[in-house]
Amino acid sequence: MWMYEKKLQYPVRVFRNDIGMAKFLMAQYGGPDSELSAGVRYLTQRYTMPTDKAKGLLTDIGTEELAHWEILATMIYKLVKGVPVQQLREAGLGAHFAQHDRAVYPADAAGAPWTAAYIQATGDPITDLHEDLAAEQKARTTYEHLIQLTDDPGIKDTLRFLREREVVHFQRFGEALNDIQEILNQKNIY
Amino acid sequence: MNERLVMLREIQELEFAAIELNLFLDTHPQERAALRDFYAVRNKLVEAVRRYEEIYGPLTVTGCTPKTQQWPWIKGPWPWDIEYE
Repeated sequence: MWMYEKKLQYPVRVFRNDIGMAKFLMAQYGGPDSELSAGVRYLTQRYTMPTDKAKGLLTDIGTEELAHWEILATMIYKLVKGVPVQQLREAGLGAHFAQHDRAVYPADAAGAPWTAAYIQATGDPITDLHEDLAAEQKARTTYEHLIQLTDDPGIKDTLRFLREREVVHFQRFGEALNDIQEILNQKNIY
Repeated sequence: MNERLVMLREIQELEFAAIELNLFLDTHPQERAALRDFYAVRNKLVEAVRRYEEIYGPLTVTGCTPKTQQWPWIKGPWPWDIEYE
C-alpha cells in the first residue's frame, strides 16, 4: 500500500516567464519516457522479480517516480495557473485548453495521451531490467533537452535535480542486474 | 524565507538523504557506513517531522493529533499550492 506524504520531494519554483515551457514539460509528465511511464513500469515489473533485492529496488524507485510525476504536474500547474486564455494560445497551449482547460492531463508534449503501450513487463528479470536501464537514459536525455528549452532559473533547477535522479536510478538498476545475472549463472548445471 | 518553508526544506533535505541511502542499501545491504548514515539521517528526519507537524499540522495521516476539534489533514496549502521561495 501507499500513504501520501503532504510535501513535494523537491521544491518547484516558477517565475512565470515561460508559459510555453508547460507544453514541453508534458514530455516528462505523460510522454513515452515520462515519470508516469517509469512509475507504472517499475511497479508492474516488481512482482515477477526473482530476488528480494530487486523487488525492493523496483518498489522504491517506482515510488520515487510517482513523487517526480507530482513535481512535473506541479511545474505545469504553476506555469499555466491564472494565465489568460489568449496568452495560453500564443504560447502554443490553445489545443490543450480546448480539451483540458488548465487541467494537468497525462499526455505528451505533442498532445498524444499517455498509454501503457509505452512500457513493457515481460516476466523476464534480465529483459525488464535492461528496459529499465534504457528508460533511465531516455529520461535523462529528455531532461537535457528540456533544460535547453528554458531560461527560467527555477524550472532549470528542478529539472537538474530530476535529471540527476535518472543517473542514480540507472546505477542502482545496473547493480540489481549484475546481482541477478550472478545468481542465475550459479544455478546453471551442465 | 518564511519559517515554515525553512522547516519544510530541512525535511526535504533529510528525506532526500534517506531515500538516496535507501536505494543504495537496496543493492548494498551489508555496507556498514551506509547503514550507519541511514540511521543517523532517519533519527534527524523523524525529529524534524515531529517539530514541523507540531506547528503546521500533519505531513502524513498518522501525524494527525486530537488537539483541535477539526480534522487537520485537509488543511492547505497542499504541496502543489505552496509558493516556494
